[in-house]
Amino acid sequence: MTLDQMSPQTLVQIVAVNGKGLLRRRLLEMGLTPHTFVKIRKVAPMGDPIEVYLRSYVLTLRKEDASLIEVKVVEHD
Amino acid sequence: MIKKIALIGNQNCGKTTLFNALTGSSQHVGNFPGVTVEQKTGFIKKHKDELELIDLPGIYSLSPYTSEEIVSIRYLLEEKPCLIINIIDATNMERNLYLTTQLLELNIPMILVLNMMDEVIVSGNSIDIDGLKERLEMDIVPISASKNEGIEDVINAIEKNLNQSAHHIDICHGVVHKAIHSISHIVEQSAQSLHLPLRYCVTKIIEGDDDMYDKLHIDQGDRHIIEHILEKMEEEAGTDREAALVDMRYSFIEDVCQHTVFIESETKEQIRSEKIDRLLTHKYLGIPIFILIMLFIFYLTFSLIGAPLQDLMDMLIGQFSDWVIHLLETNGVAYWLRSLVGDGILAGVGSVLSFLPVIVILFFFLSMLEDSGYMARVAFVMDKALRKIGLSGRSFVPMLIGFGCSVPAIMATRTLSSDRDRKMTIILTPFMSCSAKLPIYGMIIAAFFPHKAPLVMLTIYCIGILVAIISAILLKNTIFIGEPVPFVLELPAYRIPTLKNVYLNVLDKAKDFIHKAFTIIFMASIVIWFLQSFNFTFDFVSDSSQSILAAIGSFVSPVFAPLGFNDWRASTALMTGITAKESVVSTLTVLTQSSSTVAFNQALAGIFTPLSAFTFLVFTVLYMPCVAAFAATRRELHSWIQAVLTVLFQTGMAYLVAFLIYQIGHLFI
Ligand SMILES: Nc1nc2c(ncn2[C@@H]2O[C@H](COP(=O)(O)OP(=O)(O)OP(=O)(O)O)[C@@H](O)[C@H]2O)c(=O)[nH]1
Ligand SMILES: [Mg+2]
Repeated sequence: MTLDQMSPQTLVQIVAVNGKGLLRRRLLEMGLTPHTFVKIRKVAPMGDPIEVYLRSYVLTLRKEDASLIEVKVVEHD
Repeated sequence: MIKKIALIGNQNCGKTTLFNALTGSSQHVGNFPGVTVEQKTGFIKKHKDELELIDLPGIYSLSPYTSEEIVSIRYLLEEKPCLIINIIDATNMERNLYLTTQLLELNIPMILVLNMMDEVIVSGNSIDIDGLKERLEMDIVPISASKNEGIEDVINAIEKNLNQSAHHIDICHGVVHKAIHSISHIVEQSAQSLHLPLRYCVTKIIEGDDDMYDKLHIDQGDRHIIEHILEKMEEEAGTDREAALVDMRYSFIEDVCQHTVFIESETKEQIRSEKIDRLLTHKYLGIPIFILIMLFIFYLTFSLIGAPLQDLMDMLIGQFSDWVIHLLETNGVAYWLRSLVGDGILAGVGSVLSFLPVIVILFFFLSMLEDSGYMARVAFVMDKALRKIGLSGRSFVPMLIGFGCSVPAIMATRTLSSDRDRKMTIILTPFMSCSAKLPIYGMIIAAFFPHKAPLVMLTIYCIGILVAIISAILLKNTIFIGEPVPFVLELPAYRIPTLKNVYLNVLDKAKDFIHKAFTIIFMASIVIWFLQSFNFTFDFVSDSSQSILAAIGSFVSPVFAPLGFNDWRASTALMTGITAKESVVSTLTVLTQSSSTVAFNQALAGIFTPLSAFTFLVFTVLYMPCVAAFAATRRELHSWIQAVLTVLFQTGMAYLVAFLIYQIGHLFI
């Protein structure tokens, strides 16, 4: 499963971050590293991007980029 | 000797606020991640001419991603400041400390400033400062920059650390540790001879940075050895080199935070932000609310508050002018001089100066939006729409600023991470009608559409936006083929804008505007007065249609015949408008020799029909921006040719659209 498929209010844990180059490094550097817990908070009005909460801050990223992040569900709300 | 101190931290962690507190100087502060787009410098209070502080753009890491990150990194590596003040947002320690772990590698003395401590404490969370100090082995100063708390402590820490040599802990551990040390041995000598920080070089090598390989002159043999070391590390770590490196840093940070940062709950601001966002980024209400907010701001600016203040200003300026002219008359001053002062300077500068209240109000609201954190939400809400025209949500912010003034808007494009997005945004931003064009709308509306002011205003703004969209689609499919860049943006907590920040920003803009009125507009008024008062033999002419200016204007004006206004005064006004948009009004005022508003309106009716007045408006919204914006464009594009092409494109679009509107409108009217 990937981060973009999760519905709001789901708590997930990152399994792996795919992709390559600068984008992948930026995702990792923003704290989206394996084992990190991420809470999906909302989807933007037009359906993209999404808003997530991790490491005590709020981040927004596009579904396309979120699809690079493999996750497992920890808690469903 | 002046010692340089670099202020560095993530975006939006309060760098500029601390900079203002430390230097006492004014500079723009915004709550949109990455608002500081240039390095700003100032001397630290009580250390004038000694300690110079540099406010660098916010960065998340030392791997360059946006052009402003490159600015910061290059500064650190090339200018070699004496001290780094690493400021971090204490409500968000983990991510902020990531940059810290990289800064540690640079071998520059450093102190750590924990900002936003007020928010940490109020929410019942706490940070063990002494524990942190022990683990990171450097001076740590907790502060609240916006509340002016702890600023003295920062100054003391600066004084204390300034002359110490860099001593930094080694954070590496695990399998990466071995690899780092093996590679260190290989590159140590060349790094030393180039005066580059060793650990930083090694990191770059592990990240596969080709530039670093070249810089250190690593030969083929060593490359093989390094590759071998890294492959072995990847095997042991069970992941690739990049992830392993980031992971090592974060696991160090997690360990530190586990023992020193005690989080009971999200901060009050974060909880409040989530609630506010339930409305402001709501699925159905988010976009209508944004539009309502913008309409409300425009209504307050141009109508409810702005209009009466502007009338007042107009009246005061009028009375002042009358008083001056009367004074000159009673003192028997020569007619030409009276004309210069009255018809030239006072009419020109005065007509522009009356817009000061409107501009102050508009910038007041824009900086409130910026400072509150709403701009980042706008980017979040609008990203998908902008993506359709080949841009990202981040481009929206410069464009919004463009409604105030194109110059800071064009500079704000530095926050964009791709060259392609930046260039497109720079080209499109001037289509957002800037506040300097308001006097022009005011003039035409008063003369031709006095009862339809809001409608005409809205139409004009919409035409600008529409042309920007069409241009974007055009550019996207021709010159700028390619994908928009990824959009990974922090949404900062909403914060109540501090009055000081907003005040400083508005003051800056007001000063700019007044400065412009008394320099460019002042000069332009005199030049225009001269050109329209004299003929080619330098005789004073009472009828300005005999003047030099009339000759130049008449030469150009047939070009505008297809747009409906073949009049030398209109074309002259458009030309002088390039110095500053407000000049269009001052020029027309001077050229029509109107002493009162009524006379001016009558004179305008002689130049335009309602339809051609409208196409004139459309042309002024879209055609090339003022010289200041042109200079900013050139600077940001780093190219004269591209800047000239940009304004040619804008003027071309202006002509085309105005032409179509006039020709089609003509069929119906
Ligand atoms: N509560 C609180 N808010 C603060 C503090 N310091 C700064 N702020 C607010 O945080 C926001 C961002 O501050 P800036 O100084 O613009 O941050 P910056 O790091 O310069 O941001 P960029 O230049 O955009 O990277 C503003 O709304 C400030 O008012 C603080 O100590 N406490
Ligand atoms: Mg700043």
